[in-house]
Amino acid sequence: MSYTDIKDVSKSRVAESAQQTVAEEILARASGRNRVNPGEHVVAEVDAMMMHDIFAADVLSMLQRTGIRRLNNPSKATVVFDHMVPSPSVSSSSHQAKARELIRYYGIDAFFEIGTGICHQVMVEENRVSPGQLVVGTDSHTTTYGALGVASTGIGSTEMAYALATGKLWFRVPESIAIVLEGEFQFGVTAKDLILKLMKVIGSSEAQYCSVEFGGPSVGNLDLADRMTVANMGVEMGAKFTIFPQGPLTTLKRDARYIASHVVSLDKLVPQIAVPHHVENVVDVNEVVGVPLDQVFIGSCTNGRLGDLRLAADVLRGKHIAKGIRLIVTPASANVMAAAAREGIIEDLVKAGAYVGGPGCGPCFGGHMGLLAPGERCLGTHNRNFRGRMGSGDAEIYLGSPLTAAASALAGAIADPREILDGLGSVHTGTTMSSSGG
Amino acid sequence: MAMNDNVTKILGRAWLFGPDISTDMLSPGQYVHHPPEERLKHVLESARPEFASQVRPGEIVVGGPNFGCGSSRESAPQHLKDLGVAAVVADSFARIFARNAIAIGLVAIACPTLSEVVEDGDIIEVDVIAGRVSILDRNITLDADSIPEPMMDVLRLGGIEPMLALIGAEQAQDK
Repeated sequence: MSYTDIKDVSKSRVAESAQQTVAEEILARASGRNRVNPGEHVVAEVDAMMMHDIFAADVLSMLQRTGIRRLNNPSKATVVFDHMVPSPSVSSSSHQAKARELIRYYGIDAFFEIGTGICHQVMVEENRVSPGQLVVGTDSHTTTYGALGVASTGIGSTEMAYALATGKLWFRVPESIAIVLEGEFQFGVTAKDLILKLMKVIGSSEAQYCSVEFGGPSVGNLDLADRMTVANMGVEMGAKFTIFPQGPLTTLKRDARYIASHVVSLDKLVPQIAVPHHVENVVDVNEVVGVPLDQVFIGSCTNGRLGDLRLAADVLRGKHIAKGIRLIVTPASANVMAAAAREGIIEDLVKAGAYVGGPGCGPCFGGHMGLLAPGERCLGTHNRNFRGRMGSGDAEIYLGSPLTAAASALAGAIADPREILDGLGSVHTGTTMSSSGG
Repeated sequence: MAMNDNVTKILGRAWLFGPDISTDMLSPGQYVHHPPEERLKHVLESARPEFASQVRPGEIVVGGPNFGCGSSRESAPQHLKDLGVAAVVADSFARIFARNAIAIGLVAIACPTLSEVVEDGDIIEVDVIAGRVSILDRNITLDADSIPEPMMDVLRLGGIEPMLALIGAEQAQDK
């Protein structure tokens, strides 16, 4: 795997006339300025705000408590119930009931009930975000909309209350890092492997507070779903935004002031696994092949889209998962689930022994559904493997692609999907395999 | 509006934690809808099981790089504040955690090498305005990042909620 730092331009050397990065352009526009500079703080108008069921009641209750009678612009707000769905406890139900009452009170029409899907998937499916916007959400994976050229980032509930009340929020203008993609994905390698590899190369400190912006000749090899997978996990690098610029996609702004660039050759990428207990602990799959598993999870806002389920079904069709292993699958949205049902994917997965749940976050965030016991080991397609993320702090979480997850469910242990796929004649190959379209 | 002067200079005992303290450790997901007092018992239990029961008001949490990484859950800094923690000082912060801490009125200040120098239980002084952290018994003083003035205003007011109350009062007069 060769990654080359092709340049490392320090800020001081960048001329004032330099082109702005996408993040700078968007923050300048939103704060009514011609240009902004990394490191300065601006107050910017926010174009869209997203909340989910964990925080909606907290946000709206704070507005009520502080005497805010009306939102700055209710049409900019979206609420999606996706985490504790269907509600697993009376306390959770009460929390959701409170949120529903306040959603009505504040006139938020864009409210998507349980079963619609994971918030980030729903925001894209329902056109609640558009290229060039500045968007905040009460979820760290709000970076996902960067797949559409949006500068989007996670905030807490108190700041969300302020943004809803005033329409504005302060932002530090981030430094920007360029990721240049070259080459083509090889057989059995997906966008998930790309972002995991980037986690290893960039880690969780270099991109802290930065805007990570993608370009290069191969960026077109990533479809929207692939870009969502990559942008979703940008926050694991500490990034404020992860942006795939719109328009001519093959070149990043040549003269823009990126503080660093990384060139990634997709040709050389092999399946990647994040091992416990941090997302930057990434190894090539061959280093962990054979590690026994108790549970496999396919789903989440990272990898629960139609293309992901399709890849899993390609691996599992006509087979059965290993004895002693549990496979949990949660589609990212109702639309994904319906399409997967139409294609026969749901039937393939169920017959192979999967528990297929309804659309939502599933076990990814450790709230309910599929929590791990002490000493148990899970491989998932989601985005975090922190200690305690999916239940017991003494459980182990590994992260990989949907192909790796499905192959591992068949084997009962971490498996290299390329070896399993070699034995199957009928699955997609080449670039189709890399695409998780849907 | 009452101004809070306890956010400019803080003296207290240090609780030392390692790198990458995550929001899942600060506020484990499985207790997210448990009653508040129950949730506080589990704060940082996977890192230091004795922390939640032994931390005393006014003490200071010291972390390594990337403190507060993970989700946007505001309960992460809020739990520390509710346990009486007066400030969090870390080599570096995950951005959402740092924003959330200020938003709820908890001092969060980066001091790049502190976690390598400080020992658990040291008495440290955090001078937020000067951007300095001192380990008193050992005459060590380190430079810390300063907090931009707009955020200092938020801290002095005790967080964003009191600011919203001012806006709410204005809206009430408009009616």
